[in-house]
Amino acid sequence: MAADQLSRAFSALADPTRRDIVARLTVGDATVNELAAPYAVTLQAVSKHLRVLEDAGLVSRSRDAQRRPVHLEADVLHLMTAWLERYRRRAEERYQRLDALLAELPDDPAPAPPPTAPRDPEEEP
Amino acid sequence: MSTTTSHRETSIEADAAVPLVRIVREFDAPPAKVFRAHTDPELLVRWLGPRDLTMTVEHYDCRTGGSYRYLHTRDGEEYGFHGSFHEVRPDSLIVQTFTFEGWPDGVALERLVLEDLGDGRTRLTATSLVDSFESRDAFLASGMESGVRQGYERLDDVLAEGA
Repeated sequence: MAADQLSRAFSALADPTRRDIVARLTVGDATVNELAAPYAVTLQAVSKHLRVLEDAGLVSRSRDAQRRPVHLEADVLHLMTAWLERYRRRAEERYQRLDALLAELPDDPAPAPPPTAPRDPEEEP
Repeated sequence: MSTTTSHRETSIEADAAVPLVRIVREFDAPPAKVFRAHTDPELLVRWLGPRDLTMTVEHYDCRTGGSYRYLHTRDGEEYGFHGSFHEVRPDSLIVQTFTFEGWPDGVALERLVLEDLGDGRTRLTATSLVDSFESRDAFLASGMESGVRQGYERLDDVLAEGA
């Protein structure tokens, strides 16, 4: 998945109404009328949201002229999740090394001055 | 959008409203120890740097008003990182900036919070906030390749060394 498509997908989901629409489409396809019902906005506004989601590749509209139900492109959502999962795994890998380090560290370190602390010229060497 | 496994494993969330990534992880160590592993450069290089890179700390003054710079080197290629420590509170908070020198105009505001869970355990929450969704996505996508390549190899090494 190209980075610019990912950006579009994430940006498309930056809006709470669009996130809600996507959440509802995970249950099943729906028409624009059905999708618009719970919101106090015009059909036009909902159609605009759907266009943004469509441009991001997150939803598609069937060619069925009668109802034109909106369909969630689950693969794109899945890709976004997979992409995050890889990042998560890298962090987890780092933190597993930190686990090992923490297990080795003594509980009470001998208090040492930070290496960058300015030295007091009066101090005995 | 987030992927979460067990409570003990790293959980990650890419906020949809602001360009932010949030990571949560718990450790079997008290906050003072986890804090030390984040502030003592000698300890930091033992877990922070990617496996196939050498991490060299130029300076790491982890105090309020301090700054840091470190380098990752691989096959003669150098990648520099630097930033400032905006607020450092022992055992509980580090707020810092983070810039990859290959992209000097980009800066992330990072916040590390350590919570004492009692029984010698700590919850770490790390958030990175950048100035645009494009930056956030680039930041997330960076190093993905190496992450895949390395897989869990490093963990094997750590376990083999015997902590």
